[in-house]
Amino acid sequence: MNSCHGCLSPGSCMNSGRKNVDHKSQLSSYGSDRKSSDTKARLTVALAGNANVGKSAVFNQLTGVDQIIGNWPGKTVERAEGTLQHQGLKIRVIDLPGIYSFSTYSMEELVSRDFIALEKPDIVVNVVDASALERNLFFTIQLLELSAPVIIALNQVDLMEKKGISIDHQKLGELLGVTVVPTVAIKGKGISELTEQIICLNKNRRAPLLIKYGREVEERIEKLASLLGNVETGYPRRWIAIKLLERDEEITSLIDGMDMTIVQAAKSLAKEIEEIHGEPSSVVLSAERYKIADEIARNVQMIRAEGDTLTDKLDRIALHPILGYLTIVGVIGGLLAWTFIIGASISQVLADAFSSIEQFEPVVSGPLADVLWNGAFTGFVAGITLVIPYVLPFYIILAVIEDSGYLTRISLMLDKGMHKMGLHGKAIIPLILGYGCNVPACFSCRIMETPKQKLLAAFLVTLVPCTARTVVILGLVAAFVNIWWALALYVFDIALIIALGRIAFKVVPGESVGLIMEMPRYHVPSAKVVLKQTWARTKSLLWVVFPAYIVGSAVLQAVYAAGFLDSINDVLRPVTVGWLGLPAAVGILLIFGVVRKELTILMLAIIFQTMDFASVMTPVQLIVLALVTMIYVPCLALILSLVREFGWKKASAITVFEVVFAISLGGIVFRLLSQIM
Amino acid sequence: MPKEEVEEYIETVFDIAGKDGTAKTTEVAKKLQNSPASVTEVFQSMARNDLVKYEPYRGVTLTEKGAEAAMKIKRKHRLLEVFLSEVLHIDPENVHDEACKMEHCISDEVGDAICRLLDAPARCPGGKLIYPCKKGIDTCNDCQSAADKEANIAQRKIIPITDLKPCQKGIIALLRGSQKVIQRLSDLGLTPGTEITLVRKTPLGGPIELSVRRTALAVGRDIADNIFIRKAGEV
Repeated sequence: MNSCHGCLSPGSCMNSGRKNVDHKSQLSSYGSDRKSSDTKARLTVALAGNANVGKSAVFNQLTGVDQIIGNWPGKTVERAEGTLQHQGLKIRVIDLPGIYSFSTYSMEELVSRDFIALEKPDIVVNVVDASALERNLFFTIQLLELSAPVIIALNQVDLMEKKGISIDHQKLGELLGVTVVPTVAIKGKGISELTEQIICLNKNRRAPLLIKYGREVEERIEKLASLLGNVETGYPRRWIAIKLLERDEEITSLIDGMDMTIVQAAKSLAKEIEEIHGEPSSVVLSAERYKIADEIARNVQMIRAEGDTLTDKLDRIALHPILGYLTIVGVIGGLLAWTFIIGASISQVLADAFSSIEQFEPVVSGPLADVLWNGAFTGFVAGITLVIPYVLPFYIILAVIEDSGYLTRISLMLDKGMHKMGLHGKAIIPLILGYGCNVPACFSCRIMETPKQKLLAAFLVTLVPCTARTVVILGLVAAFVNIWWALALYVFDIALIIALGRIAFKVVPGESVGLIMEMPRYHVPSAKVVLKQTWARTKSLLWVVFPAYIVGSAVLQAVYAAGFLDSINDVLRPVTVGWLGLPAAVGILLIFGVVRKELTILMLAIIFQTMDFASVMTPVQLIVLALVTMIYVPCLALILSLVREFGWKKASAITVFEVVFAISLGGIVFRLLSQIM
Repeated sequence: MPKEEVEEYIETVFDIAGKDGTAKTTEVAKKLQNSPASVTEVFQSMARNDLVKYEPYRGVTLTEKGAEAAMKIKRKHRLLEVFLSEVLHIDPENVHDEACKMEHCISDEVGDAICRLLDAPARCPGGKLIYPCKKGIDTCNDCQSAADKEANIAQRKIIPITDLKPCQKGIIALLRGSQKVIQRLSDLGLTPGTEITLVRKTPLGGPIELSVRRTALAVGRDIADNIFIRKAGEV
């Protein structure tokens, strides 16, 4: 294992690196203080790069873990971890969120730069989109500034060739002083070569090259770096100097706490740069980095003219003033309709099949063990008949829409409307995900830029009827009143989201920024990706749903058998009977519905000992119950997600508001509907 | 201590200083309707900032730095007085008080622009001298023609990218907006001097799609209105 084939000779590439780049963007060797990890049996590899370049695909290929992938920027909201065994070496792989820069624009940028600079992974694999080389190199340059040991995975080279671009990856490696491996991660091409190179670089560590800026900037960086001589931060010194010049808030306050005079010096140097260029210093530095990236790109890539692409043609429809909106209505409507039509029929088939195995009508008398077993079985059946027919079809189509790249077009078309709620088009993505399950939708609100926008988006997500609530609406209203009232509830909910969104925008303090989003190209969704994605989502839902179902319904039947129900219902009577006009027995439903919304239906069946709800409740009562269930409080899992994202205070504020609001609204609707029905 | 307060103190000292340049603490306190004790306190802090020299029992004198600041603020005050009475026709009785409030919040640049607009007036309505600016120009005509040139560039060549038609190109000339947005745009490759193409506008005033460095970006209309370009070909 001493020989290491396929490695570029470090010396040769650095020499030629100096020769090939002119003085303005010179690269030269740079001493690194990175610790040597040759003695460690474990190796840590971080994947970093722009959004939507295929980091998660590389991650999945390396580790065999199924990290969610899809064709929109911002899927990886949290760093994912997996391990890979290679030649007896345990390699820990970390998938960082996609970012464009190491500024302080978003939390993800801060987290990623601190991870790379402070936790010092042994290798950073920079996944680069081969067809957008300049912008990706802009990020690569910043990785090198952090003196990270970088390997470039030049990804999606197949797409690049289709677009008439060719890249001399050897030369690119020489110019940057790093190893470049061409890959097609989604198909697994180049992954074994990448693994080889990871091991190889770990053994033969070489110092990354120093990227030099234009003279007036470079002089000031060096001046600051020498002032930083004795300051120990854990970050590379030169990088600190660059960040100080960019007036980076985090770094400035960090250094300010150590030596105020350096910050003063940095401010006056930054001011000098600003006076020369007439722009903020951070923009000047970005422009300089792009200049370097452009030069390198021009040296290594050949571009043939590109004709009208599929993306252009499709966007002419998807972004058309009339056809575009029709497409959205068609796609979203189709998504929901398909779910309900396919779902309802599969659900029926499944229910019939299970009833032939064992009776799952609620049992509330007899020995406790029987009651519990029956409860657990009923819960299991309810889980199966919810997840397979409704959730699965929804997730499959959602994955197709995501993978095609269409989701971002919906964002674009609805951007203007979202502005009225202090949000922008990107917020459409969590809202649509919310129709599946609110929990992942809540986490995906991290694609929003400011804390205010994240909170607003998450609040609106909690009002989106997820599949569980859809089952309640279908099971109560569509089945026993009619389908139009069920649809009316849906439309009413959308109106409610818009109205509450506007109010929340006015009430919640904080800043909102507009839409800036990368537009991915369309591609034909791959069956493998769609299925994996669907499975990953369904699996995580199963972990929550089945235990809650089985335990929930067993406990409920036990409580019922023990005769505690009436006392709970009596306490809630003024609200349930007095204000909402519902039977007293639903009191317990509203409490248990917090665990999972679809338990409502299950328990209604247990309590009334019938599945024919029309015989025990009037249409108005069914509609009111469905309405209250739809908005009264997110489920327990969602409340916990809100706590995790926004803290106890905001999570309880949302919860309390929605309970009070749903009950008030329910009472009013009951009185209005009683007049007309 | 707020900048305005410091400036008021500097002005007062400048106004009432006697022949030897010294202003008595009691006099300053009377003029500013403040207690001598707190005026002393302010003077001590100003002395630390090297704006005045403070000697107990005698009073304060402006340092060179202090005097320069005083001239600057007086220049703005008097220019504003001319502007308020001649351009805005404000009641002469209110002109002084309005100018007193405004003088603290306008930059030197605005002061100079007012000066240019008024064709470099020599005296304020009360007849006091307006100190000249510190620019390194020979005559006030130079200032005027330099300004004309800049204004021309701004008027003729720079347009917001949203004024382009689909498929038209331009060179980014100026980004306007919050630090955060500008940072994001330049990180995504929208740096001044870069060629940029308007791909399409979405309906109902929605975002525009741009092509820059061979990547496609969607940018909300409110942000796009602040991306200014020169038309490609024109320099």
